[in-house]
Amino acid sequence: MTAIDPVTLAVVQSGLSQVCNEMDLAFVRAAFSPVISEALDRSDGIYHRDDGALIAQGDLGLPVFVGTMQFGTREVIKRARGLKPGDMYIVNDPYLGGTHLMDVRFVKPFFYEGEIFAWLANTGHWPDTGGAVPGGFSANATEVEQEGLRLPPVKLFKEGVMDEEILSIILSNIRIADQRIGDIKAQAAALTVGERRFTALLDRYGKDVVEACIAELRVRAEQQMRAKIATIPDGDYHGAAYVDSDGVVDEPLKIDMRIRKQGTDLHFDMSGSSPPCRGPMNSVIATTRSSVYLAIKHIFPEVPLNAGTFAPLHIKDPDGTFLYATYPRPVSGCAAEVSQRIAEAVFAALTPALPDQLFAAPAGTSGNFALGGDDPKTGRSYVLYLISGGGYGGSEDGDGLSNGCSTIGISKTTPIEVVEQRYPVLIEQYALHEGSGGAGAHRGGFGVNYTVRIRRGAARASFVMDHGRYGPQGALGGRDGGPNKVRVQRNGQPDYVPPHLSKDQDIQVAEGDRIHVSTPGGGGFGDPLKRDPQAVLRDVMRGYYTVAEVEDLFGVAVSDGKVDEDTTAKLRAGKAAQAT
Amino acid sequence: MAGHIIGVDVGGTFTDLVLMDEGGPPRVAKVPSTPENQAFGVLAAIAEAGAALADVAGIVHGTTITTNALLERKLAKVGLITTRGFRDVLELGRRTRPKPYGMKGQFVPLIPRELRMEVNERIDADGEVLTPLDTDDVRTACEFLLAHGCEALVIHFLHAYRNPVHENHAAEIAAEIWPNRFVTRGHAILSEYREYERGVTAAVNAAVQPVLHRYIERLTEELADKGYGRELLVMQGNGGTVTAELVPEHAVNTVMSGPASGVMAAAHTGGRAGFPDLLTYDMGGTSCDVGVIRDAIPQVSSELELEYAMPIHVPMVDVHTIGAGGGSIAWIDEAGMLQVGPESAGAVPGPICYGRGGERPTITDANLALGRLNPDALLAVETPVTLDHVRSALAHRVGAPLRLDADGAAAAVVRVANARMAGALRMVSLARGHDPRDFALFAFGGAGPLHAVALARELGIPKVLIPARPGITNAIGCVVADLRHDYVNTINTPVDRLDMAEVAAIVEDQMREGRETIEREGVAVEDLRCIHDADMQFLGQSHILTVPIPGPDVTREHLAALFEAAYWERFAVELPEIRPVLVNLHTAVIGRRPQADIAALAGGREDGGPQAAATRPVWFTQGWQDTPIYRRADIAVGTELNGPAIVEQMDTTIVIEPGCAAVADALGNLIVSVEGEG
Repeated sequence: MTAIDPVTLAVVQSGLSQVCNEMDLAFVRAAFSPVISEALDRSDGIYHRDDGALIAQGDLGLPVFVGTMQFGTREVIKRARGLKPGDMYIVNDPYLGGTHLMDVRFVKPFFYEGEIFAWLANTGHWPDTGGAVPGGFSANATEVEQEGLRLPPVKLFKEGVMDEEILSIILSNIRIADQRIGDIKAQAAALTVGERRFTALLDRYGKDVVEACIAELRVRAEQQMRAKIATIPDGDYHGAAYVDSDGVVDEPLKIDMRIRKQGTDLHFDMSGSSPPCRGPMNSVIATTRSSVYLAIKHIFPEVPLNAGTFAPLHIKDPDGTFLYATYPRPVSGCAAEVSQRIAEAVFAALTPALPDQLFAAPAGTSGNFALGGDDPKTGRSYVLYLISGGGYGGSEDGDGLSNGCSTIGISKTTPIEVVEQRYPVLIEQYALHEGSGGAGAHRGGFGVNYTVRIRRGAARASFVMDHGRYGPQGALGGRDGGPNKVRVQRNGQPDYVPPHLSKDQDIQVAEGDRIHVSTPGGGGFGDPLKRDPQAVLRDVMRGYYTVAEVEDLFGVAVSDGKVDEDTTAKLRAGKAAQAT
Repeated sequence: MAGHIIGVDVGGTFTDLVLMDEGGPPRVAKVPSTPENQAFGVLAAIAEAGAALADVAGIVHGTTITTNALLERKLAKVGLITTRGFRDVLELGRRTRPKPYGMKGQFVPLIPRELRMEVNERIDADGEVLTPLDTDDVRTACEFLLAHGCEALVIHFLHAYRNPVHENHAAEIAAEIWPNRFVTRGHAILSEYREYERGVTAAVNAAVQPVLHRYIERLTEELADKGYGRELLVMQGNGGTVTAELVPEHAVNTVMSGPASGVMAAAHTGGRAGFPDLLTYDMGGTSCDVGVIRDAIPQVSSELELEYAMPIHVPMVDVHTIGAGGGSIAWIDEAGMLQVGPESAGAVPGPICYGRGGERPTITDANLALGRLNPDALLAVETPVTLDHVRSALAHRVGAPLRLDADGAAAAVVRVANARMAGALRMVSLARGHDPRDFALFAFGGAGPLHAVALARELGIPKVLIPARPGITNAIGCVVADLRHDYVNTINTPVDRLDMAEVAAIVEDQMREGRETIEREGVAVEDLRCIHDADMQFLGQSHILTVPIPGPDVTREHLAALFEAAYWERFAVELPEIRPVLVNLHTAVIGRRPQADIAALAGGREDGGPQAAATRPVWFTQGWQDTPIYRRADIAVGTELNGPAIVEQMDTTIVIEPGCAAVADALGNLIVSVEGEG
């Protein structure tokens, strides 16, 4: 193939991402479930005909899906037989290149001029796929069967016609089944939109040219990623992060991240991590890999996404650890929580290598809180889901953001006024989690404190959160952010704190009871004793920290609304001497 | 109409004026904007047009004063009084980050934490009072905020959209203490649920209110000094106008009024020219603004976000900004790929050809190198730069890495920019549920008509409409805009449980409030009309679909049927088993002003066919072609032009691609029929 002209290359690149963006848009606009339409918990892409390698992906796909779908598509390709135009597979098996059961993938061969040219696929988070608890996040499941219905790749559509028998099996095994049909149609329609747009692109530029462009774009993305990696000094880097517990056994799970940078390659070795766990915090390999990709994309956001982007990233299979889950290990927590700890371990390892690009650890939890109960006023049962953000880590550029979105997500929280309209609860406060920003030359952002009071009836509360045991780690001398806290206040009883701190299931609550959640603050960046005393003063005036806290953490003395310069100098000198 | 009407619009670079003269031809003026005090530019434009203010019957003014104040954060000091437990809502937002990838970012709330005060009070989602308002708390908070130098005050309580009694009571108490009128009640600006969005909208209102008040007061005085004794009307983001006296009350409504007036002009022009369905495309130096017009009515949205985490949820003409303009810089990334934008050379240093020190090639430079722009007619040149210098920069910075010569590099920049802009335009229309092929493209702004025909071809849009005066479209929008006030109330009840009498009462209240406001304004209107919409969704959904409804007497069955029909049209899905919900009721009350005749703007010659003023080689996809260059002023009504052709006028350049044909209509619009593929 001769060199493609640079204009065609750029235009075909835009064209491919346009196909994906239009699939993303079609999916979101027609989807029924708020998890997809509002929380954008979905992704669409184009994959290589032979091995499922990523060709292009929508700009607004959920970050956690950055690399998973190519593994899932590959598993479908391996099993696919007798393909015809209009066929479409449905699959959610975590062990076949997936995440957790709730992420349901549609995978479709894309035919052009009678031959398969590529595959189109999307993932959407369904609100329920059966299992022990509504929503699928069972904090104490010990096998995947408790987490819901597991579908191997099956043709839900055959030559464009939906298989009503397969559909009825699915709908008989999930909750709120009547609303799912809207989502299924939306998810399938999105791939049809992609098919139409991709055909138009091929008609216009020709099959050979587009094929050559795809190959060239892969080379270019790899080249760009290598140029970024080259900025990291050669050497071995080490980081670690801890998941509070697996929800069943109260012990921390360690992610041991060893990164070797050599030339323009990065080698990731996680084999020193904890062994497989009993509870749902195991991660399937597709999610483990994708979490590493996601972390690198957060560090170098400008690199476009295709299979070439990942070529210089070599991830050793961490078999024998909880990051390489096999059947029947429960995995519901892998996409929402473990993925964020893996990313945190990558950040921690690489921050000393690229201090001006990286940042201290972000809160890194999705903060899933579910409350299921019956409202005696309406006579209906309900399930309230809340997610929450936390502080981001400080960086060379400045202090961390407060109440930032989870590392893997882009979804907003539901407004308090909407929650109170729909559910028999009162949110009594939604406030900044004071003191939670990790101290540093640039401090971490702050988490959130919120309180939910039950107004009517009885209910059960469940949590899948993290960073309850240790706060998000500081970097380059910065302190850790404040940890996640959950506390249940029940009438006439002492406060209940979940034994696993951040994970628990089916806590009984009744009218008048209160649930308090504090989300983590971000890690501090750099020596807190180097923070500008005027910035510390401003933080005190705003009530972010108390006078006593800043004296202890930053060595700054504040009195009468001013910095006491002399005492500050002495405090800081004393603390510096103590540290050495 | 008695006397002249002036439309004057302040843009980033120029202040534009159009004076519609009763007897004679319209007069236009274009003078540099004066950002330190926009009134100077306004007065200079009036002077340049030679208008005697004593003879002027009305001035309609579009100002960017509030937008600029927000973007530059040159705002009044504002204090907040809110429900106990919730003062941090404005700082925490809804857990977002600026971009999907990259865990960094900054956010500074409009009101700092030390000026956010909590008081005891609580109302629930049904509007029931759970905790009565503690009036002593309110007094103490007001005194504290005044002592700390606040000029404006926001009162924002949870569920005030449902029951405003506490906000109103707190405002009464504040009025006794607060030394000025700058007290904003959240529900009065926006009676819609979602506490962060309503709170930020109210905070924006308070933060720009004193700034706008001072500006309008000064301008009114200056105009009076020059003998002007009539009403000054100010453009709002909803595409309507309001009197100078009332405008500061809802100061937030003026944010984004500039793009809105452009879309209003387009709606008016398109409606008269027989193109009621338009995509508007306004390309300037740093960005493009894209809007959608259906049946000659601009689409309105209440979901605008001015910048990261700054939602402004009052109804505004739905204008989407794309980060591509004449100043967008072309560069080669680490993968060796040509990129255009999003970085812009802005006004300084600007494109290379402006001679203000710009070194990096831009879209404008590429257009110049390709013969599309006339090197002798550039408006903003400081020190003349040779064409060879521009070509050499293109060859060196873009061409060399791609192994292209100067021509190839310039062509590459234009083609890549067009492909990206076309993609963005497509996404804007698809996201609003429209296929771009069902529309005509209305192109204006300095650079819009340069690219419009190529974009239309890319998008399969059959017609491009270029108005007579593309460079003063916003000023024309001021002249044609009507008085308009919008009201939104949240209902959020399934249709089968609605109290239809309550629905009727709310809509009637909205209509009454609008009528009373227009009466208070005392401006002559020909008639009053109301437009009503319902925001609806299926129970459990989060997306909203806006459905036009007939008025207060809409029935339950009709409401449900309208929604189901609209849902089917958009998504081709029927969901009979799920209940529809009425989320918001929206009424726009419009007082139609006497119509100015835009045909007067046409101003073409009466005689003869097209005579090319010159010929020059111009690059098109097919290569260089000797292309006739016409002067817009020479093009008479009914003239037909065949592409390739270039039409030049003072404020823009129109490129008619090969294979396309243009005809000048009676309003002076050039209507281009788009043929073939790009």
